Amino acid sequence: MTDIDASTAGKEPLVGGNVGMGTQYLEVRGLTVDFDGFKAVSDVDLTLFQGDLRFLIGPNGAGKTTVIDAITGLVSASGSVNKSGVELLGKKVHQIARRGVGRTFQTASVFEQLTVLQNLDIAAGAGRSAWTLLRRRKGVLPSIEQALHTIGLTHMADKPAGVLAHGQKQWLEIGMLLVQNADVLLLDEPVAGMSTEEREETGNLLRRIGAERTVVVVEHDMDFMRAFATSVTVLARGRVIAEGSVAEVQANPKVQEVYLGTAAAGADGIELVEENS
Amino acid sequence: MRTVLGRWQTWAGFGIAAVVLFGVAPVVLSDFRLSLLGKFLCFAIVAVGIGLAWGRGGMLVLGQGVFFGLGGYMMGMHLKIADAQIRGDDVPDFMQIAGVRELPAYWQPFASPAFTLLAIVLLPTAIAAALGLGVFKRRVKGAYFAILSQALAAALAILLVGQTSIGGSNGLNRFRTFFGFTLNDPANRRMLYFIAAGVLLVVVAVVRQLMQSRYGELLVAVRDGEERVRFLGYDPANIKVVAYTVAALFASIAGALFAPIVGFIAPSQVGILPSIAFLIGVAIGGRTTLLGPVLGAVGVAWAQTLFSERFPSEWTYAQGLLFIVVVGFFPAGLAGLGALLKRRRAKVPPHSQEAQDSDAEKVGASS
Repeated sequence: MTDIDASTAGKEPLVGGNVGMGTQYLEVRGLTVDFDGFKAVSDVDLTLFQGDLRFLIGPNGAGKTTVIDAITGLVSASGSVNKSGVELLGKKVHQIARRGVGRTFQTASVFEQLTVLQNLDIAAGAGRSAWTLLRRRKGVLPSIEQALHTIGLTHMADKPAGVLAHGQKQWLEIGMLLVQNADVLLLDEPVAGMSTEEREETGNLLRRIGAERTVVVVEHDMDFMRAFATSVTVLARGRVIAEGSVAEVQANPKVQEVYLGTAAAGADGIELVEENS
Repeated sequence: MRTVLGRWQTWAGFGIAAVVLFGVAPVVLSDFRLSLLGKFLCFAIVAVGIGLAWGRGGMLVLGQGVFFGLGGYMMGMHLKIADAQIRGDDVPDFMQIAGVRELPAYWQPFASPAFTLLAIVLLPTAIAAALGLGVFKRRVKGAYFAILSQALAAALAILLVGQTSIGGSNGLNRFRTFFGFTLNDPANRRMLYFIAAGVLLVVVAVVRQLMQSRYGELLVAVRDGEERVRFLGYDPANIKVVAYTVAALFASIAGALFAPIVGFIAPSQVGILPSIAFLIGVAIGGRTTLLGPVLGAVGVAWAQTLFSERFPSEWTYAQGLLFIVVVGFFPAGLAGLGALLKRRRAKVPPHSQEAQDSDAEKVGASS
C-alpha cells in the first residue's frame, strides 16, 4: 500500500494535468440534468486533464453525484461530455464504461459472493471473446497482480469480497477501475465511513493512481480535500460557483457564502472559512 | 479429502454416476422401474438448466414447461407421422378418427427425422434467445420476469388444448416406434433410458464447464449486482440470455426424450403446474449447486410416485409444504444444509481460519 510503483514515482497530480498538451481529457460543456422540471444540474462546465486530481465539493443537494451519474450514462442529460474527442452523452452505461470512464458508488458495491480475485478478473474482462469467457480462469493477469499490489489486497486475493472491511471494499472498487483500464475515474465519496488511517491510505492511493489518470472525487470531508486535492470545483444548487486550487477556492467569497449560508453546510463549511480568515 | 482426490474428483464423480446409471440401475431395477427412472432423468435434465438460470443467473424461470412442451410435441409429431407411415396411412390415428384426410401443413416437415432433431435443438433456442433479448434488454427482471415466463406457459397450454389438429387436451400419445425401434420391446425401452442417462451426463458436464468458466463467475456477478456489471462495461442482458437459452435448450431436449419414454405429451405437461414442479426439485436440492438440482429433481419425482400411489391428495400438500419450507428457511436447499453442517463441524477445532477457507472455496464457482 505504501510502495509507489516505479512508473509513477516522482510524478504527482498537478493542477491542469501533469503531462502537458495532447493528453487524454474529459470536457464537459453545458451539462444539464432535468428531473421533470427540477434542474438538478444546470449548465455545468468542467475540463479535466490527465494527471489532475479534481475534487468536486458542495453542500448537500448541490448535484455532485448527479454530475457523475450524467457522465456515466445513468441519468439522461443534455449538453456535451467529450472524452478525448468522443462524445459520451447518449451512449449506454456499458458503452461509456468501455470508453474508459469508471466510477465507484457511495456504498461500496463489490460482488460479495465472489473472491477479490474474481471481482478484479471480471472488471478486467469487458472485451473478452466468447471463447475466453467459456474457459476457466487460469493464473492471474499481470495487470490484476499489479492492481492487487496497488490497493494492498494481495493477501486477501482468495477471500470472498463480502468479508472485507469497509475501507478494503472501497479499495477493491478502485482496483476494479484500475484493471478495467479506466483513465477517467469518478469516485463518489470514497472515504465516507473510513477511519483516519484508512483515509490517509486512500488519499495516498489516489495520488499514486492519479498521476496517470484523470480522477474526480466527490467529497464532503474538507480535511481530506485539503490534504490531497490538486484542484477543486465547487457546486451549489446544480451550478459551478468556483473552480481552482484549494487556496483559490477557499478565498472565494461565493464559496464562503454558500458554506455559511446553507443550513446543510454543517461544521465542515464553517471550518473551511475559519481556516481561511 | 479434497486435496487427496484433487483434480480427479470430477472424473471420479462422473465415473461413479456413469456406473450407477449404466451399470447398477439396469440390473437392480425392473423394466417398469427403469423406465420410470428414465422419466425422472428427463426432469433432472430440465433441472440442471434451471439450476444455471435460476441458481447462478438469478432468473426465476417459472415457464420451462413451454420449452419442455415444444421439444416433446415436436418429437411426438414425428413419432406419430412415422407410425402412420408404417401402417401405410397418410395421417396419424387420432386425425383419422376426427376425419382429417391430409396432414396439416405445419406437421409436414416433421416427417423428416433430421428436421425434427434439428428443430428440437434450434427452435426453442431461437425462441428463448429472442424472448430473452427482448425482455432483458428492457431490464425486465425479478418477479416481473417470473410472471411473464409463467404467463407464457399458461398461454401455450391453453393454446394447445384448443388445437384439435395436435391432439387437443389429450395431446399426442400411443407412440409405437422410435426412429424405427418398436417401443413394445423392453430392450428398446432400455435403450431410451440409456439415451436419457447419457444426455443427463453431457448436460451436467456442459453446465459444470459453464459454472467454472469466467462466464460462470460473470453470471454470478450479474445475479448479485446487475447494475454494477453495467459500469464495468458489460451488457448484462447478453450474459443472462446465454444462461436462459441454455436452460431452454435443455428443457426442450428433456421434453423430446420424455415423449417416447413416458408414451405421451399433453398440455398437462406444459402449463403452470408442471413448470412449478420443475422448480421444486431444484429448490429442494440446492439451486446454486451443480448436482443439487439433479438429485432434488430425481428425489422429488421419485417421492411423488412413491407417495402419490398411497396418499394421492396428501402428497400434493406435502409437496407444497416442502417447497414453502425450503424456499422460506433453506434458500440454499439440502446442499446448503450440508454446507452448514460441514461448517459447524469445522468450527469445533480452534482454527476458525480453516472454517473461513472452506467457506470461501464453496462460494465461488466450485460445484
